Amino acid sequence: MSTETVARERVSTTRITRWILGETGIGLALLALIVFFVIAAPNFATSTNLANIQTQITLNTILAAGITFVILVAGIDLSVGAVLALCAMIAGLVITSDLPTGLAVVAAVFAAVLTGLACGLVNGVVSETWAIPSFIVTLGMMNIARGAALQTTDAAAVFGFPEGFNRFGTATFVGIPSVFLIAVAIIVIGHLVLTRTVFGRMLFAIGNNEESVRLAGHRTKGYKVAAFCISGALAGVAAIIYMTRLHTATPIIGNGYELSAIAAVIIGGTSLFGGKGSLVGTFLGACLLGVLTNGLLLMGVGDFARQMVTGAVIILAVIIDYYRQRLSSRLALASP
Amino acid sequence: MTAEGPARTGGGSAVVPGPLLAVEGVTKVFPGVTALDGVGFEVRPGEVHALVGENGAGKSTLVRVLGGVHGPDLGTMTLDGAPYAPQDPAEALAAGVRIVHQELSVLPNLTVAENLFLERLPRRFGVVDFRQANRDATDLLARVGLDVSPRTRMGELSVAQTQLVEIARALAARARLLVLDEPTATLTAHETRRLFEIVRDLRSMGTAVVYISHHLDEIFQVCDRVTVLRNGRHVGTHPVGDLTSADLVRLMVGREFADDHPFPGDVTPGEVVLAVDGLGVRGLDATVSFDVRAGEIVGVAGLVGAGRTETMRALFGADRADGGTVTVGGRRVTIRRPRDAVRAGISFATEDRKAQGLILPMGGDVNITLAALRKVTRGGLLRRDAERAQAAAMASRMRVKAPDITTAVGTLSGGNQQKVVLARWLYRDARVLIMDEPTRGIDVGARHEIYAIVAELARQGRAIVMVSSDLPELIGMCHRILVFSRGRVVGDVPRAEFDHERLLSLAYSGFLNGARPEPEGGDRVD
Repeated sequence: MSTETVARERVSTTRITRWILGETGIGLALLALIVFFVIAAPNFATSTNLANIQTQITLNTILAAGITFVILVAGIDLSVGAVLALCAMIAGLVITSDLPTGLAVVAAVFAAVLTGLACGLVNGVVSETWAIPSFIVTLGMMNIARGAALQTTDAAAVFGFPEGFNRFGTATFVGIPSVFLIAVAIIVIGHLVLTRTVFGRMLFAIGNNEESVRLAGHRTKGYKVAAFCISGALAGVAAIIYMTRLHTATPIIGNGYELSAIAAVIIGGTSLFGGKGSLVGTFLGACLLGVLTNGLLLMGVGDFARQMVTGAVIILAVIIDYYRQRLSSRLALASP
Repeated sequence: MTAEGPARTGGGSAVVPGPLLAVEGVTKVFPGVTALDGVGFEVRPGEVHALVGENGAGKSTLVRVLGGVHGPDLGTMTLDGAPYAPQDPAEALAAGVRIVHQELSVLPNLTVAENLFLERLPRRFGVVDFRQANRDATDLLARVGLDVSPRTRMGELSVAQTQLVEIARALAARARLLVLDEPTATLTAHETRRLFEIVRDLRSMGTAVVYISHHLDEIFQVCDRVTVLRNGRHVGTHPVGDLTSADLVRLMVGREFADDHPFPGDVTPGEVVLAVDGLGVRGLDATVSFDVRAGEIVGVAGLVGAGRTETMRALFGADRADGGTVTVGGRRVTIRRPRDAVRAGISFATEDRKAQGLILPMGGDVNITLAALRKVTRGGLLRRDAERAQAAAMASRMRVKAPDITTAVGTLSGGNQQKVVLARWLYRDARVLIMDEPTRGIDVGARHEIYAIVAELARQGRAIVMVSSDLPELIGMCHRILVFSRGRVVGDVPRAEFDHERLLSLAYSGFLNGARPEPEGGDRVD
């Protein structure tokens, strides 16, 4: 075997590996899963069920999109589920206030997004100012937001939202649930931001090597804080969508949502170490999780077993991430 | 020991022992690069065997193959006659092959003693016998001439001290084959001499040492034979006594190499561009003042730990400065963070390119435009095509060799990585360029390309500060050399007065008066 052959083979295996480990691989896995359920799960391939899945993955997609920004700068946001609850409670109080209906709805949306933004701002500023790992800060925020949500109404639920507001949750546009379209719009806009703007470039650069970016003359902390703000604000958006779906807001909602969202991000190929990933991947990750849950349900797999399968998929995703890391470090070692 | 293998090269002794390590036809291919191409050489017991070659010649890969990090794609190795094919570093260690890497691998939160005996801490009644460990550690530290307590946390040591601990660790493991990869990169002359003594000790005990260094003079001082690699191929193995350093360089680069530096003697420094006055630097005994003119290359010499890097970092805003003023082009600037410095036209190519300069997994385009993204932005959107084109143009001006401008810079050689860093600052059009160890870890050929670039930048009227531990390089390239010693500037020597010995004695001056570590006020040596 000549050196050239070795070289050629190595290059081609690397390309294939990278391809499989990247977004294409997730897409293929999703496709395989869909094919499997079309065959194995009764009623999976109906238009009603398709719309169901789209609605079911909406919240997770939006939250996961926000967390992607944070994970890209090598942070983590555990607070989104609790922040969603707090945003929903505040929006619920605004929307059921004495304001005229139209104004109340607009004010509620603003209140939810701003509340989320504020929580994200606190997460970002605290972890950047005192160099506290965001894992700790957002764990604290998770408790603060949950407590605050309970405090707003002394744990009571808020309901009685305007008719039109509630209808949005089940509305469709050309047969597609409107809430899902919002999620897709967020993914598309977010993807453009990450790939086409200076802001997106800085997030990737910071996630890979913050010190280099700082020494190139940038204030890195601001960008990182902004990532947390995006995550918080999107939790606010998710809160509104939740309310239009359930027609109520209670302080205990959103429990564990952060974990599903992080799972979608990881499955989608964004590296927990920061600097690598994409929102398209995150979207595919959320779809994969949603399809998996839905399909298993239709196959009659019990709730408990379903939870186990989902957990296994998350671990599998992290294992794949390990190989991805190894691949890129092998590429980096290629210079002797 | 009896003579077994054929004596290929004389070596002078009557009985030539069989090889301890024999490498045959080792080939290692990475995506797009053939790092090693049928390399073969032998190391005898009790021999100090130098391994030289430019960066990219395959030395580091060969070391990784020896240490079990990579398996070879083709070829075999034998150790003491037995097949040697380590699957991982642990197997290599178990076989008695110990690598002291350029990148140090210590645990900063453990003590020196714990690091020394990490693999096998002495035990008594099932628990670690720390007293024994500390006693053994003291002996080992004395052997490498390092005066620190074994109870010191690793993280508190300087890089040079850490390097010595790494070498002591190899002694502790009683390796049969010790590989030293650029062991003197961070050592002072004194520490280097001590290292040579240790290496000679090891040799007399029958340990084989593979010695890798860019400093050819070290090879002539301490090595018996030298193997030269070029482009992943074995060029030759010769007794050191048969070669001159010019021969060696010729073997390495494959062509005659002029040793002169492209000093821009035609440039007369213009008006003062950078003026630093009374800069307070943490850890330094005195404030620092100096200025640099347009087209002037000012060298900064000194031993490791003299405060050179600290001064540059404070000037650039990477660390906080305690007072002082900085003036750029006659305008006073307040520098609190790197961003302020960059905006004022100062740039800084750090000594650690990988951790503090480049974004290794990202492309050359991203790395080059990082400090001047505005140039390729319209309405907040990146113009990717323009970015790639402009970065590629800048890269070719800097003679960066890369398959593609978007190739991850982590896959490039050290010399090309440094050129990418310079390209970034040039793309930003910085007036002041501070370079900290610009040629460290860079091979001879790329080094001269970088000198040529620096000279060119001086001709363009930029003010250049060149911090380096390589005195010949400073003497060759600079208009003026500032000498730091133990936290103060002890000399500002113009080119006409350059003298290797004088500069060196200036650099040592702070260490001569009194052996006490604390500074002695008012003691001026000149």
